[in-house]
Amino acid sequence: MLEEVFRDQWGRVLATLVGLLGDIELAEEAAQEAFATAAERWPREGAPANPTGWLITTARNRAIDRIRRERTLAAKTARLERELRDRAEETMETTPFPDERLELIFTCCHPALAPEAQVGLTLRTLGGLSTAEIARAFLVPFETMSKRLTRAKHKIRDAAIPFAVPPDHLLPERLEAVLAVLYLIFNEGWGGGRVDLSAEAIRLGRSLVELMPDEAEAHALLALMLIDDGRRAARLRGGELVLFDDQDRSLWDEGQIAEGRAHVGRALALRGDGAYTIQAVIADLHLREPRDWAEIALLYERLERITGSPVVTMNRAVAVAELEGPAAGLAVLEALDLDDYRYLHSTRADLLRRLGRREEARAAYARALELSAPGPERRFLERRLAEVSQGAGQDG
Amino acid sequence: MKYVLLNYTKAEASGERLAGEIDPRIAAVLERPAVSGFVRLLPAESATTLSLESRKLLMTDGPFVDSKEFLAGLILVEADDLDGALAIAAELQELDLTAAIEVRPVLEQELGGA
Repeated sequence: MLEEVFRDQWGRVLATLVGLLGDIELAEEAAQEAFATAAERWPREGAPANPTGWLITTARNRAIDRIRRERTLAAKTARLERELRDRAEETMETTPFPDERLELIFTCCHPALAPEAQVGLTLRTLGGLSTAEIARAFLVPFETMSKRLTRAKHKIRDAAIPFAVPPDHLLPERLEAVLAVLYLIFNEGWGGGRVDLSAEAIRLGRSLVELMPDEAEAHALLALMLIDDGRRAARLRGGELVLFDDQDRSLWDEGQIAEGRAHVGRALALRGDGAYTIQAVIADLHLREPRDWAEIALLYERLERITGSPVVTMNRAVAVAELEGPAAGLAVLEALDLDDYRYLHSTRADLLRRLGRREEARAAYARALELSAPGPERRFLERRLAEVSQGAGQDG
Repeated sequence: MKYVLLNYTKAEASGERLAGEIDPRIAAVLERPAVSGFVRLLPAESATTLSLESRKLLMTDGPFVDSKEFLAGLILVEADDLDGALAIAAELQELDLTAAIEVRPVLEQELGGA
């Protein structure tokens, strides 16, 4: 229970402290101390009326103590003492602190940081995950993640990466970077079956929408994640992959999907026409029966023009196959140069299988298998490969 | 904050061009108030590199890092934060005259001899 409160408060408290102290490491240490004090006191004395204010004030005071001990930071002490004097009249519980989570998100997702550092730092500072949890989620040793985060924090400090919401002329580009980080976290959760990360990405997405309620693409990304994640329980049965058409719809999280649809509506009402808006609309269309493959193919085409991504072209091929037959889908695929992408081979294999071209299908399944890690997806491909191999013998 | 922009140029850019007039488009950027100084370097083949090989001073002809691109100049920039320095660097890089620009924060102290 208390842990839940802390997870909710962490990003908010840390962001304000970074704004106040101008240093992420110092802010983090101070916040940690304040949360530890709270964990000790609140169960005994009851939680304060304004937990956020209490945590920030306590952390700030700890930081001041620390800075006083370290005389080399004299300039910062002066600034903080001034701050403290200005606030002396206000009581601790009602001190209004600005919510600076948005500033912190843009700092953590600054393109001058390596993408994996952006992801790790966002989860640490805004998600409140521990370094050990992040390391486990990304399957890297603790030391590797710890070094990655420390290096990023030092670069933010040394290169003076701004703690600010970017000015209008930079905003679209920088917001895109933020959205990319959240989506990366989400997909990491999907692919590896690491549930926590998708939930974390959704949580961060909700914060972003709350902080930037007029950004269509922020709503769209949240919608996309909610809708995809809402089908999670139906995606596996007894640990085995279930194809979309065979999924048990009663397992879908209708509440979450409805929430996702509401955000699709919001994105469209804000005249969103970016990549996430299109993807969210497509995700929504996929859940409706009968599926409107013509509309889906058209939307993929628009998405292709925006992103230029061959993966999008591959998805369009799937829609085209539904609309005009597997041969037409295959024709779209043949133009793609995506030899290292396992889903290209599994998609191609499926279309070849449907066309009865079993030898070719077998080769494509084999290639997809080479590229797959052990797990439900791999076992699914193995089953399909066995099926077409049997058939191939009969063809022969 | 002080930043230095390290301008790397493709080796095929001729020495003559480097030694001659500054391209007017670059000159325009160098006149920005954020730019507090710059130096231009002669081509890398004019470099001499000193190193210690088993405690003996070794002198070699050419730059320390031998690559297709070489350091052609340094521009000192004063900016509030990294975004300020990146804005100047982006303006230069978009002229497509440099191979790449590396932006590095400078340790806050007086420039030697300045």
